[in-house]
Amino acid sequence: MMKNNNLRSIYTIPYAVWILLFVLAPIGLIVYYSFFDLSGNFTLMNYKNFFSSVYLTLTISSFWYAFLITFFSLLIAYPTAYFLTKTKHKQLWLLLIIIPSWINLLLKTYAFIGLMGLYGPLNAFLEMIGIGKQQILFTDFSFVFVSVYIFIPFMILPIFNALDRLNPALIDASRDLGANSWTTFKRVIWPLTINGVKSGVQVVFIPALSLFMITRLIAGNKVITLGTAIEQQFLVTQNWGMGSTIAVFLILFMFIIMLVTSGNERGMKVNGKNR
Amino acid sequence: MERIGKLPKVFLAVVFIILYAPIFYLIFYSFNSGGGMSNFESFTLEHYAAVFEDKRLIIIVINTIVIALLSALLSTAIGVMGALAIYFMRNKKMRNAVLSLNNILMVSPDVIIGASFLILFTLIGVKLGFASVLISHIAFSIPIVVIMVLPKLAEMNPTLIDAALDLGASKKDIMKRVIIPFIQPGIFAGFFLALTYSLDDFAVTFFVTGNGFTTLSVEIYSMARTGISLTINALSGLIFIVTAGLVIGYYLLNQKLKTPFTGVRK
Amino acid sequence: MKSITQSVILILLISGVLLLFNRELNEGSKTGKDTITVYNWGQYIDPDLLKQFEEETGIKVIYETFDSNEAMMGKIEQGGTSYDVTIPSEYMVEMMKEKDLLIPIDYSKVPNSKNIDPYFMDLPFDPKNKYSIPYFWGTVGIAFNPTLLEGQTFESWDNLWDPSLKQRVILVDSARETVGMGLNSLGYSLNSTDTKELRKATDKLKALRTNVKAVIGDEVTQLMINNEAAISLTWSGQAADMMFENEDIDYIVPEEGSNLWFDNIVIPKTVDNIDGAHAFINFMLDPEVAAQNADYVGYSTPNLSALDLMDPEVVADERFYPDENTRSHLEVYKNLGLELLGVYNELFLEFKMSLNK
Repeated sequence: MMKNNNLRSIYTIPYAVWILLFVLAPIGLIVYYSFFDLSGNFTLMNYKNFFSSVYLTLTISSFWYAFLITFFSLLIAYPTAYFLTKTKHKQLWLLLIIIPSWINLLLKTYAFIGLMGLYGPLNAFLEMIGIGKQQILFTDFSFVFVSVYIFIPFMILPIFNALDRLNPALIDASRDLGANSWTTFKRVIWPLTINGVKSGVQVVFIPALSLFMITRLIAGNKVITLGTAIEQQFLVTQNWGMGSTIAVFLILFMFIIMLVTSGNERGMKVNGKNR
Repeated sequence: MERIGKLPKVFLAVVFIILYAPIFYLIFYSFNSGGGMSNFESFTLEHYAAVFEDKRLIIIVINTIVIALLSALLSTAIGVMGALAIYFMRNKKMRNAVLSLNNILMVSPDVIIGASFLILFTLIGVKLGFASVLISHIAFSIPIVVIMVLPKLAEMNPTLIDAALDLGASKKDIMKRVIIPFIQPGIFAGFFLALTYSLDDFAVTFFVTGNGFTTLSVEIYSMARTGISLTINALSGLIFIVTAGLVIGYYLLNQKLKTPFTGVRK
Repeated sequence: MKSITQSVILILLISGVLLLFNRELNEGSKTGKDTITVYNWGQYIDPDLLKQFEEETGIKVIYETFDSNEAMMGKIEQGGTSYDVTIPSEYMVEMMKEKDLLIPIDYSKVPNSKNIDPYFMDLPFDPKNKYSIPYFWGTVGIAFNPTLLEGQTFESWDNLWDPSLKQRVILVDSARETVGMGLNSLGYSLNSTDTKELRKATDKLKALRTNVKAVIGDEVTQLMINNEAAISLTWSGQAADMMFENEDIDYIVPEEGSNLWFDNIVIPKTVDNIDGAHAFINFMLDPEVAAQNADYVGYSTPNLSALDLMDPEVVADERFYPDENTRSHLEVYKNLGLELLGVYNELFLEFKMSLNK
C-alpha cells in the first residue's frame, strides 16, 4: 500500500502540471470570457441566450449525430478488431489501419467530395449495379460516413488491444461447456472487452460532439453542431463571450456523460476492491 | 491460431478498401496534368518534380514530421504517467473528476484550444514558433494517450504487483518488469493516435505558431481559397508511400530478428 | 520494455537527423542580413516574384499563410511574432484600423503607388489610403454552367428563385455575402442596418430553401469544375479559377447590384523591418510584377499600368474588369460593427438551420 502511494507521487507531477497549465488555466479563461458581452461589460446574457431555441436545437442535433457516429463506428470497429486479431500479421494490419489517418484530413475530405460526387466512382458503381445516380454528398449519410471514416482507427485500437489479450482458453472453455457463439460472445468476450469499448466510445463520442469543418464540406451546412457554432462565434462574429459560453456547456455535457457512464466500471471496480 | 473464414476476409477487405480509397484517389490525381482533382487529362510527373524543387515545402514537411514524432513521444510519456496516477487513485470520485478533466481538451473545439493556448503563451512569454507548437501538440495529445492506456491498466491483475512486492522487487523493477510490459499495447496505441492528432491539427497550430515556423496542415488549409495545388497531392502520395514502406519494412525486419524469441515465448 | 526503449531511441534519432537536415536547408537561405515576413493567403502570390524580390533587394522573404481575415487579425492582435506585410480584405482593414493594428504607409518610399487606378483609391474604408493599397479586387456574383441547365442563363439574383432549380444552387458559408444577396435582390443596400429589411431578406432567403443544394466555402470551386454543381454564389476570383478549368462555366454580376471587394496590402503593428515592408510593397506595385502576379493568381489587378502589359483578351473581359456602368451598381462593405455583424450571423444561422427540415 505504502509503496503504491510512493509510486504514485513520482509519476503524478508532470501530469498534474499539464492539468494545471493546459486544462484548468484555459477553462478558467473560457469561464471568465463567458461572462462578458461584445463591448466588454459583465453580463449573464450569454447564458440566457444559450437557452434560446437555436442553441437547444443545436445541442440536440449535436448529440444525435455524435450518437450515430459512435454507434456506426462501434458497429464496424468491433468486428474489424476481432477479425484483425485472428490474422497472421495482426500488428502489421493494425498499423495499416492507422496509416491513412496520417494523411492530411482536408485533402482526404476533398478526395471524398470527388469520390461521392455525381460523376465520381461511387455513383458510377451505383449506376453499374442498376441503382442509378444518387445525390450522396450533402446528406446525413455522407456526413455520418465520413465522420465514421475519421474516427474508426480511434475505435479499433482500444478494442483490438482488449481482444488481443483475451485468453483463447476462455473461449474454448465456454464452447466446451456447450455455449453457442452468441452466448460466448455475450457472456465471455464482450464483458472482457468492455473497457476497450468504453475507451473507444469516449474517444469517438466526445470529439464528435464538437465536429466542424466536415459539417460544411461534406454536409453542406445542412448539419450544424455546437462545434460549428463555437467556431463561428470565435472566428466570424468575434463574440468570444458567446463562443465561450457554448464551450462551457459543451464541457458540462461531457462531465455529465462521464458521470453517467462511470457507474458500471467493471475492471476498475475489481481493482479497487482488491486494493 | 485459428484461420479466419471467408466472410471475415471479405469484411476486412471492404474496410481496407474504404480506408484507402480517398488516399488512392488523391494519389491518382497527383499524376494529372490538368489543374485539379477532376478531369484526368494526361499522365505527368511534373507535380512530383515540383515537390523537390520547392525548398520551403520540404522544410515545412520536415517541421511537421519532427513535431509529430517528438510531441507523440513526450505526450505518450506524460500520458502514461497520468494513466498510472489515475489508476492508483483509490477515491473513485476523485478518479472520475480527474478523468473528466483529462477529456476536456477532447471536447473543446480546436479554435478554443488554439486561442487560449495563444493567450497563455503570450502571458508567460514563450516565443511563438517551434517550442510553442511542440508544447501545444504535446498538450492536446495527452488525453488520448491516457484513455488508450487506462483500459490496459484496468485489465491488469493487481495480484501481479503484490506478488512482485512479496518477492522483494523494487518499485522501479515493478514498473519496468511488470506494469510497462503489460500495458505496452496501450502505450503504442496512444503513441500512434497522438501522431494522428499532431499530423491532423490545423487550428491550434495556426494560433500558436509564428516567426516563420509552419506545418503542412496550416499550409494546406490556407491554400483552400485559391485552390490546393496538385503538388500537395504528390507530396501526400510520397509521404504515404514512404511511411507505409517504413512501417512494413520495420515490421518485417523486427519479425525476422524476433522469430526465435517469440517461438520460445509462446 | 526493450522494444519501448528501442522505439524511443529510434524516434529521437530520426528527429535529430531531420532537424539537422532542416538547419542545413535553412542555412543556405539565411545569408542576407535583412528579412521581412509576409503574411498572406495561401497561393495568393507568384512564388517566382518572391525570389525576384530577394535577388533585387537582398532582403530575404519569410512567407507565412492564413485562411481567414479574422484568424489573421487574431494573430496580429495577440502579437508574439513579427509580420511585416499582410493582406486583409477591405472590411478587415477598417476593423484593424479601429483596433489600432496598422501603421500608416510612407508614400515617399512607395513611388509605384502612382500605378494604381485612381478609381480604386481613396475609398471610404480607408480615406486617402493612409494605411492600405489595393492588391486585388473583384465582385460577388453568380457562377453557372449553362450546359447543365439546358442553356438557362442568369441576369439577376431573382433568377435563383426559379422553381425549376430545385437542389441546384450552392451558397457561400458567409453571412455578409448570403444575407447580402437577399438584401440586394430586394433592392436594399448591402450595408443595411434596418432590422425590418434584414428580416425581409432572411425570409426571402428561406423561400430559396428548396433550391439550395449546400452552403459551403472554398470547396465550391472543385464542385463547379467537376460539373457536380450547376449554380453558385461566388467571388469573381473563384469564378475565374472555375472558368480556367471548366470552359462551360460563365459568371455574371447581377443587375440589382452586388459587392465590390478589395484585398489590400497593409503594414501591421507587428512590423519589424519597416523599410523592408515598404520596399516589398513598392516592388509588388511595379507594373511588370503586378502583371505577372495577376496572371499567376488569376484575380483582377487594380494596377492600371499593369493592364497594358497583360493579355488584352483578359483585360477586355467585362466579367472580371467590368465597365464604369456596372461598377456604379456595386457597393463596398462597410464595417457595421460587431453588434450588427452578430445580427447578420444570427439571421444566417437561422437560414442554415431551416435547410434540414
